[in-house]
Formats: sequence, C-alpha cells, structure tokens
Amino acid sequence: MTDLRVEPSQQSRSARMLGTLLRSRELSIAIVLVLIVLAATARRSTFVFSGDGWRDTLLAPSILLLLAIGQMVVIVTRNVDLSVGSTLGATAYVTGKIFIANPETNVVLVFLAGLLVGAALGAVNGLLVAFFRVPALVVTLGTMYIFRGVLTNQIGNDRIVAGDIPANFEKLGTQQILTIPVLTLIGLLVLAIVGYYLHTARGGRELYAIGSDPDAAKLYGLNVGKRVFAAFVLCGALAGLAGVFSVARYATAFAGTGRDLELQAVAAVVIGGVAIFGGSGSVWGAAIGAFLLVTINRALPILGISDFWQGAVVGGLIIGSIVLDRVLMLRRTHQLVEARDTTGTP
Amino acid sequence: MIIKNNRFAALAVMALVASLGLAGCGSDDSSTASGDGGGGGGDATTVTFLPKNLGNPYFDTSDAGGEKAVKEFGGTYAEVGPDAAGPDAQVSFIDTAAQQGVDALVISANDPKALCDSINAARDAGTKVVTFDSDTDPSCRDLFINQATAEGIANVEVDMIAEQIGDAGEIAILSAAANATNQNAWIETMKATLEADHPDIKLVDVVYGDDDDQKSFDATAALLADHPDLKGIISPTTVGIAAAARYLSTSDAKGKVALTGLGTPNQMRDYVEDGTVTEFALWNPGDLGYLAAYAAKALVDGDITGKEGDSFTAGDLGDFTVGADATVLLGEPFRFNKDNIADFNF
Repeated sequence: MTDLRVEPSQQSRSARMLGTLLRSRELSIAIVLVLIVLAATARRSTFVFSGDGWRDTLLAPSILLLLAIGQMVVIVTRNVDLSVGSTLGATAYVTGKIFIANPETNVVLVFLAGLLVGAALGAVNGLLVAFFRVPALVVTLGTMYIFRGVLTNQIGNDRIVAGDIPANFEKLGTQQILTIPVLTLIGLLVLAIVGYYLHTARGGRELYAIGSDPDAAKLYGLNVGKRVFAAFVLCGALAGLAGVFSVARYATAFAGTGRDLELQAVAAVVIGGVAIFGGSGSVWGAAIGAFLLVTINRALPILGISDFWQGAVVGGLIIGSIVLDRVLMLRRTHQLVEARDTTGTP
Repeated sequence: MIIKNNRFAALAVMALVASLGLAGCGSDDSSTASGDGGGGGGDATTVTFLPKNLGNPYFDTSDAGGEKAVKEFGGTYAEVGPDAAGPDAQVSFIDTAAQQGVDALVISANDPKALCDSINAARDAGTKVVTFDSDTDPSCRDLFINQATAEGIANVEVDMIAEQIGDAGEIAILSAAANATNQNAWIETMKATLEADHPDIKLVDVVYGDDDDQKSFDATAALLADHPDLKGIISPTTVGIAAAARYLSTSDAKGKVALTGLGTPNQMRDYVEDGTVTEFALWNPGDLGYLAAYAAKALVDGDITGKEGDSFTAGDLGDFTVGADATVLLGEPFRFNKDNIADFNF
C-alpha cells in the first residue's frame, strides 16, 4: 500500500496552527507595523503616548481600512475596483449636501445614505463586470473618471466647509469610546463581519474559488456573476461609508476628495498579502496593510525621512511584498513537488 | 460576429454619450450669458465683468465690488461667464462683449495665452480690457489689477505669526506642493524677513500638503508630534490652513500653537469663532473688483493709458499709480479676524 498522506497531518493540531501563524503573511506585516510604531515612539514618545498620538494612531487608518476591506473582497475574485476614490468623493459630497439641506439630519441616516449611494455606484461597476463581461480594470478605470467627472461638474469650485457640517457630526470624527475612536470601532466591526463571512460562509469561500480559477468555478456550477456583482456592491458600499467618515474626520469635501485613494487601497491589499490575481489572502492582512501604509506615512517625518521619500518607501514595500509572495510560492511548489516525488514513488 | 456587433454597439454608445455631453456643454454656456450691458454708444460707461466661472463665491464677492463701483460712477454693469472654469471657456463671452461694443471688459483669465486672440480682437474693436485676480499675457490686455505682491503676502504672514507668538519661538510652514511656484517664492521671502527682522523666531520645518485635505491634515499632525516646542504654523495656502485648523481644533495643541496664513473666510469661520485661529489674511476680493471697475473707467475716459506712472482715483480706496508692466497693486493683504469675518461670504 502506498502512503499518500503528506507531512502536516502527522503533526499535532496546535503545532500546525502555530506553524501556519508563523508562516503567515499577516504576522510578518504586523511585525513590520509594530517595529515602525516602536521606532517612531522611541524617537518621540508622543507618537503613541499622548492623547493626540494614541487617537491618531488608531483613527488615521480608519478610512483606508474600509476601502481596503472592500478592495480585498473584489481582488480575491480576480477583479479590481479603481473607482473607490471617486465613490468616496461622491458620498462625501452627498453627505455635505444632506447636512446643508437639513443640519438636524440623524447621523445614522447619513451613514445609511452613504452606504446606499456607494452601493449604487458599486452596482454600476458590478453590472458591467459581472454581466457584460468587461474586464474590471477597464470598467472601473472608466467609472473612476466618470464618477469624478460628474462630481466635478456638480461641485465646480465649490466646497463643503466646516461651517456646513453640524457640530455633533464633526465631533464624531474624533469621538472616543474607552480611548478607541468611534470611526475605528465601526471599521473594526466591519472587518470582523467581513472576515468572518469570508472565512466561514459558503458565499465567502465561493469568492475565493472564483478568484482561484473562474472557469473551474463556473464549470463547478457556482453563480460567478452573482457573487462578483455582490463583491462590487459591497466594495462600493464600504467606499460610500468611507466618504461619510472622510467628512466626519476632515469636515470638508470638494471635487478632489478621495483622489488617489483607490491606489492606496490596492496597495494596502497587496502589501497585506492578498494575491493580485485573486484566490488567496485574508481580509485581516488587507486591514493590517491599511494600518501599515497610513502609519508609515505618519512615522517617516518623525524618523527624519523627508516627504519626498515616502512614496518610494511605499513603492518598495509593494514590490517587496510581491517578490516575497513569488519566493514563498516557488518554495511551496518546490516542497509540494518534493513531497509528491517522495510519497508518490513506490 | 458577436464580438464585432458588441464592439460596434460600444462605439455607438460612446459616440452618443460624447455628443450628448458636448451638446450639454454648449447649451449650458449660452444660457448663462446674461447681458444688460449692450450698446456702447450711450453716455454711460458700460463695464462687463467676466469671472473665471459663475456661482463661485469668490467672484460673486469681487464682482459685487465691481458693481458697487460702476453704480458709483453712473455706468452700466453686467456680469457674464461660463459655468465651469476651462482654458477657453471664456472666449465666446469675450467675442460677444466685443460685438456688443462694451466700453470695458474686466476679466479674471482662466488661461494666460488661450484668450489673447479674442481679447486682441475686442481691443481692436475699441473695448478696454482689464484683467484682475488672474492675469493674461501682459501683451494682450490694457491693465492688470494685482491683488498682492509676493513681498506683501510674505510680510503679512510673518507679521501675523510674530504678533501671535510674541516674536519668539519655533515655527513651521505647511505649504502646498513642493514645486508650487507662488508658495516657494513666498517662503523664500519669509525666510529672508525672519532672518533679518525676527532673530528669535526659528523656522524649524517646511512640510508639504500638496493642497490635499488629508495630506495637509496628516502633515499638521506630524509637525506637532515632531516638534513638541512648536509655537506657530504658517500655511500660505487656503487648503492647507483649513486642514491644519481642522486638526488643531480637535487636538491638545488647540490654543497653544498659533496658526495663520492665507485662507478664505468661509473655510475659516468656524475655527476663528472657536478660537483655534486668531487672524489670517487674504486680499479682499470686493476691493479688487471695485478697483478694477474704477481702473476700467479711467482707461475708457482716457485718464490713464496703462503707462507706468499714470495715476487715477478709485472711489473710497483712494489714489493708485500704474506700476511696471501696466500693473496696478491693490495693496497690503487684508486681515480677517473675529471682528470682521462675519462681513464676508466667499
């Protein structure tokens, strides 16, 4: 009898889990994040140990966190959404307009409006990608410009200024519960829900299956169109929520709000270890990636590295992640081939 | 075959969208041309204001100043302009004004070169052309009303910060883009003035927010974290100062770190009222329009020709002398503070 079992099954459950954790991308970027925070704190203890510092460390990444969660769900299906920055800008403007029309508007309604507007814009992307079979890169590049163009046409030189935003909503931007900012709490709640769904629910696993091999997923009988559509709607809705966050935090919105954030969202996801061609990675990684990106931008000036190098450092991280992915994949392939060769031959 | 059809359909849709868009633009432009300034044959001087775009509070204020001046000297005032600012959006309005034979055209140019042919045709037809706020090529207008000089702007900012921090301590500058021509010229002048006249003020850092709310906001946070002894921030850009004020207003540094620079009253109103900002500066657009109208009148009457040394009286603002390159300087920038900010809406 040939023994077809490979190594892992002979290890104990806890040893296996420890191994997975140690090898995981999430842990390695989390370590990088912690190192950066430590370095910045060593230089200026106020980076974390001051009212503002602690708050900003948690609060600053909250907007990118939402965008990265949405982007991850789309990327894992082997698509991409480049329109999230424009969607964020649109909902930020809508949020401002709602408050101008009625400053008494319930904050919960404003959040819902942001989610809905974002979901509607996401549905446009989803429709074109899932049902008209246009590549997502092209569709969302197009809608990125269209959404932004319509927005610019609507706003022109106008901007939503702090005076337009009611005080209670402005306060929400910095409000803290047990020193944790409210916006960050909402972001983490979204992260937990999406993460749990992707990890355990049938729909979540199907998203991975679609990203691994769309044709196989289709042959297997998965409703690829429906799942991809839903992924885009979720991504749009989260970008919409991020637009509301943006107004709460910056108390302003103009035609350029959210520009370039789409690329940061993709960068956060890639740095977080999600394969750009879909099928693997976790939303936890994307979230840590978002925290890492924002924290690097905050820490570099304190570490005495000039503004001009910040872009280069982020670029280096992205390429580093891809190279690391490639190396790990090759090593894994090699191991699997070896395992097959040793166990496969009688 | 199917692919071909799809492609044809896509092209057809794109063509349709494009033509709709163009048609929309055309009708928009013509609908905004409101003119009661026709016929230059009468006694009253006809002055037409052509701002970069309509519906812009800044130009609403400047053109209201112009209207006030035109009423004072018994002329006929009109305002025309495109909905959105674009390099050649103003051409058709210049042509129309020339055909109507208005005596003077007061323009804030969207582009230094693109308007020259039209303006020269209007001047050949006998219309005097005054630019304000944003100049064209000096060769193609009669007079430019300059809102402020680089020295004027730099000096008022240094004076304000010196007054607010007691002429001693560390300050930093939050600028726009690192390659922004205006800002860099001002910063150089500020550095020279600080060194010469304010030996106890130390400029410790210059950071760049790229005229982006989020970047400026984060740059402010980094400045405060990196320089615990910081006394003041100068932000010579309207986006930067508003973002910095927003951060300061929610931070522990509120009231401890002074902030000043160039801002607009609408963006800064909340922060002046809540005590984050004591005083900031900009020119008064109302005065700018008022002066431009009187200058246009002086040109039409033949009191001045645009030659260096020519002088004229501009109502309440007093006497002005034409400088080099047919330029008239409005004067020192205007300071906005708690006492006067309520009088302005732009």
